[in-house]
Amino acid sequence: MNFAMKKVEMGEDSDKSSIRNQIDENLKKVYQDALNEEVPDKFRDLLEQLKKKEGGS
Amino acid sequence: MSERSAERGHPRDEIQDHLKPLRAFALSLTRNSANADDLVQDTIVKAWTKIDTFQPGSNMRAWLFTILRNTFYSDRRKRKREVPDPDGAYSDTLYEKPSHDGRLAMGDFKRAFDQLSAEHREVLILVGASGFGYEEAADMMGVKVGTVKSRASRARARLAELMGLAEGEDVLVAGDAATMGIMGKSGVQAA
Repeated sequence: MNFAMKKVEMGEDSDKSSIRNQIDENLKKVYQDALNEEVPDKFRDLLEQLKKKEGGS
Repeated sequence: MSERSAERGHPRDEIQDHLKPLRAFALSLTRNSANADDLVQDTIVKAWTKIDTFQPGSNMRAWLFTILRNTFYSDRRKRKREVPDPDGAYSDTLYEKPSHDGRLAMGDFKRAFDQLSAEHREVLILVGASGFGYEEAADMMGVKVGTVKSRASRARARLAELMGLAEGEDVLVAGDAATMGIMGKSGVQAA
């Protein structure tokens, strides 16, 4: 009886962690997709401009 | 002048190493690439200008992320176009039942993620995806560690709810409370 109850609890727990794990997996994918995008040139251009301004002053 | 700085490894020269994560984080907050780009550009200028407030040896990425999210929220306050909604009270927005075959379809997931409040997207990306610990996230968000944990927990529950996983709320909050108990003891979150 004890054993049966344990089994049910474990089943629920694995459902819970399964949803949670899938959410976390998908979050990582969303973030990874964003990381994989090319960095626009304008960011590096902006840094270059800032550097030049600094040197000139 | 700038050459000498470069030789000594001025922190300013490190900004460029974090552009990808910065943009990824900006995209997570704005969900719009034009706005994300503007946000990153503002962040770069601010970081450059206030580089003296960066503590050498501390986590530059966390510092830049902090500037970015503060800029995002202060812009939003100025525009007053979106009501701050840390716990996602847009309760009637989306109730489509996906075919539940045990896997979360990526399309459904992204749609649900887009529906979350920025605060919820932020906490989930920081602690769930970008590899920061709860303590670091708390520093960046300017709140207590417990707030980060409860917000992350509510954000997961909201996400499950938006995806039509009916029992998501109980399930995830309960699961998170258990995890929090364990982490509370060790005091440190393994990133």
